[in-house]
Amino acid sequence: MSVNTAVPIQEQAHRVRLTINGRSQDVEVPPRRTLLHLLREDLHLTGTKEGCGIGTCGACTVLVDGKAVLSCLFLAVQAGGRSVETIETAGTGPDPLLDAFIEHDAFQCGFCTPGQIMALRGLFQRNPRASAEEIRRAVEGNVCRCGAHLRIQAAALDVAAGSR
Amino acid sequence: MPRIVKQKVEFEGRIEEREVVLEGEDLPVWPADARFSVVGTPVTRVDGRERVGGTARYTTDQYPAGMLHGVILRSPHAHARIARLETSKAERLPGVRAVLSHLNVPKIRWFNGASWLFDPELRYVGDEVAAVIADDAAAARDALDLIEVEYEVLPHVLDAEAAIRPGAVLVQPTGNILGGAPERYERGNVEQALARAEVTVALTVQTPDQLHHSMETHGSVADWSGDRLTLWDSTQHIFGVRRQVAVALGIPMDRIRVLSPFSGGGFGSKNAAGKYSVIAALAARQTQRPVRVIFSRIEESQAAGKRPRSLQKIRLGARRDGVLTAIDYWGLSNVGAYRAFPSPLSGPPKELYACPNVRTDTASVFTHTGPAAAFRAPGYVEATVALECAMEALADRLDLDPLEVRLRNYAEDDQVLARPYSSKFLREAYRLGARSIGWERRTATPAQVVRDGTRRGFGMASQIWGGSGSPPAYAEIRFNVDGTAEVRIGTQDIGTGAKTALTQIAAEVLTVPVDRVRLALGDTDFPYSPLSAGSQTIASCGPAVRMAAEEARRHLIDAAASVLEAAPEDIRLEAGHLTVVGVPDRRISVAELTGRMGNFTVTGRGFRGANPNDVTIRTWGAQFAEVEVDTETGAVTVLKVAAAHDVGRVINPLQYASQIHGGVIQGLGLALTEDHVTDPETGNVLDLGFDAYAVPRLPMIPEIDALAVGIPDPIANNLGVKGVGEPPIIPTPAAIANAVANALGIRITDLPITPMKVLRALGRIE
Repeated sequence: MSVNTAVPIQEQAHRVRLTINGRSQDVEVPPRRTLLHLLREDLHLTGTKEGCGIGTCGACTVLVDGKAVLSCLFLAVQAGGRSVETIETAGTGPDPLLDAFIEHDAFQCGFCTPGQIMALRGLFQRNPRASAEEIRRAVEGNVCRCGAHLRIQAAALDVAAGSR
Repeated sequence: MPRIVKQKVEFEGRIEEREVVLEGEDLPVWPADARFSVVGTPVTRVDGRERVGGTARYTTDQYPAGMLHGVILRSPHAHARIARLETSKAERLPGVRAVLSHLNVPKIRWFNGASWLFDPELRYVGDEVAAVIADDAAAARDALDLIEVEYEVLPHVLDAEAAIRPGAVLVQPTGNILGGAPERYERGNVEQALARAEVTVALTVQTPDQLHHSMETHGSVADWSGDRLTLWDSTQHIFGVRRQVAVALGIPMDRIRVLSPFSGGGFGSKNAAGKYSVIAALAARQTQRPVRVIFSRIEESQAAGKRPRSLQKIRLGARRDGVLTAIDYWGLSNVGAYRAFPSPLSGPPKELYACPNVRTDTASVFTHTGPAAAFRAPGYVEATVALECAMEALADRLDLDPLEVRLRNYAEDDQVLARPYSSKFLREAYRLGARSIGWERRTATPAQVVRDGTRRGFGMASQIWGGSGSPPAYAEIRFNVDGTAEVRIGTQDIGTGAKTALTQIAAEVLTVPVDRVRLALGDTDFPYSPLSAGSQTIASCGPAVRMAAEEARRHLIDAAASVLEAAPEDIRLEAGHLTVVGVPDRRISVAELTGRMGNFTVTGRGFRGANPNDVTIRTWGAQFAEVEVDTETGAVTVLKVAAAHDVGRVINPLQYASQIHGGVIQGLGLALTEDHVTDPETGNVLDLGFDAYAVPRLPMIPEIDALAVGIPDPIANNLGVKGVGEPPIIPTPAAIANAVANALGIRITDLPITPMKVLRALGRIE
């Protein structure tokens, strides 16, 4: 159902406390602000990408309490009291998954890559020895238009094998 | 001494003559047997950490302080005139800073004069009506709803065949055929050859509108400082954007700096500035604030370009031994409401096979649908489906091996321009691909049932394309005091790995590891480079980078000669050290030398030399597909694609293979799932975003064997390279369609080959 109001809603900002990449933060967000836009536009954590904004491509995948979610469909207010992990946390130190992506050339333009990495990171946090089938399921919702799919799978299989 | 030379340049099937400045003599071509330590090795991406770790900042990641958000109101009608436009309510909404439309923006020519930036006549669902600039995107979108528009709805035409009928509604005042009339090419006598042919085959082929859907949507961020504009643009051509925006704004080019250090994919639709680029620049100037205009995914479906739908008819005449005597080709390309260049459909039928009698009639047709844009090997992908499916139909008719039929029609020379090819190793590509797929396992059409309800088939297709590159392209290099080198070149890396390959070329010449060379690109303050399209980036920019590095190397040697008190001809640069020949202890490292010389004192500049005269430069390739077809569900599963291409010397085999994967996977999409659907009554786009438009995802991707012939071109340019960006998408849809035909014994030539079409062909559904 879509509601088309001729007069825009006056928005009351909500105060939300959440943990982002291990740091507790207080933010004020309008009710319709998505977690994606909170991260990108308010906090300038631009590693998380907007590929479609309507939950069909996976580019904006982040972890909320360890679970991969589409941040474009997740309201910032819903993240209150929760722990959010973005690519910026994965990108700070040595990371076997990032290294495997580079070794396998598992990206071309790189725009979908943070989403692919976060989807796999969520999987590996639950199951470091994930199977090929689990890997496939973890990333099959993530669109890559450059065609790195097989390389992404190979990189993830390498990481899973390294944990065995 | 710089000199100006006239150069014939072929780009995506069009030949044009242009004047280019050459700054001296070109270097000799790297010999075929040259031994390299960096070139030809699988170096991982020099910007890999930035891209995978999320620190790479793309256009859409630019958030200059105080930035406003622009969103665009688009036409809901396929053809209409704006009778009344009232923006005052929108302008009064808190947070709204400006509303731009034809009422307050001067007439700025767009689409080569076929329209205006804001044109009161709208010619497709999605055509730009107005733009709202506001403090945030939500306010801007709210304001869109407050703009009141009265549309005078006009009759429209959506189908290419309908648009060329007499009396059709005109999309453009000059007529619905781009250029006024169909283009004809003919050699020999096709009618006579067909009448006398021992065997003929005829096919009608359709290919869908294919959307680019690069993951970073189209967009710009504009920021003025006084009378100077900085424009981040997700583009394949920073210098083109600069020129177009300067013309649109009526300001000198040097006032504009275009930046595109990272770009989230292109595939052809980002070859030029968008209306968004100019709208962002105008709005930023008016509001005195930075402005971003970035497409939503839905706008990407409506207004960002497409590979145009084609309707093609082909007739082949041949002898009973499979030797072609005639090719008669007819093709229509539905290019939407605006398009500057016709689709080069005629390329493959004219040139791929030796044939004395060839006729092509092609037309690009305007309709009231979204404008077409170049899409990875425009025209060639579509026409290769017609030609290569017809070749395999011919082989089936004659009960011959389709590969053997192709070899019997091998073109040794360019028959269109009557001159030799610089190099052609298509036979090697056939051999590599056939071996990889196990072509001897192919059985005659219809192929065998592998199990109940499942049939397996093999198919193949050949590829011809340009990819020579050309001047002008320039590069500069300079040494830091620590002995690291900086290369600057105004090209862009849209995900191809160009940045890495160009770094390898410089590192090779300077005999240092790639991590001692930092290459910067995507900035119009750097030396000029052409657009990243036409498979030309490495073949255009690479030779210039090599020459800049060679000049810097000579300067290092001259400097070392004075330090080491030896003649320059006695100094060798090896492994980052300068040594006097025969005196191993008289040496100095590059870092020590540049440390003594000072910052930026050792430099080099290079240019791209002219292309050789009187030869045609082409890339070649062959792909082989193995498929299974489920005759109960109609589902086609591609098991493997073996892709072998002749693109000259390969600079980086890892990224070469990535390009092959990318082309094959986009071709797979066109063959099986991708179809941009426009409502035939209203012209509304029905596949908004990725929900209804099925780009390939991991479960449908087959095994891909990326094979390179790898023989350097002896004269194309000083590196012996040709481009690989477009070749790998060209044969994929045809190879898959042929494999399906081999499996079923029924030829489906209306792509994509969906389960419905398979079941219909099998007579299982109406």
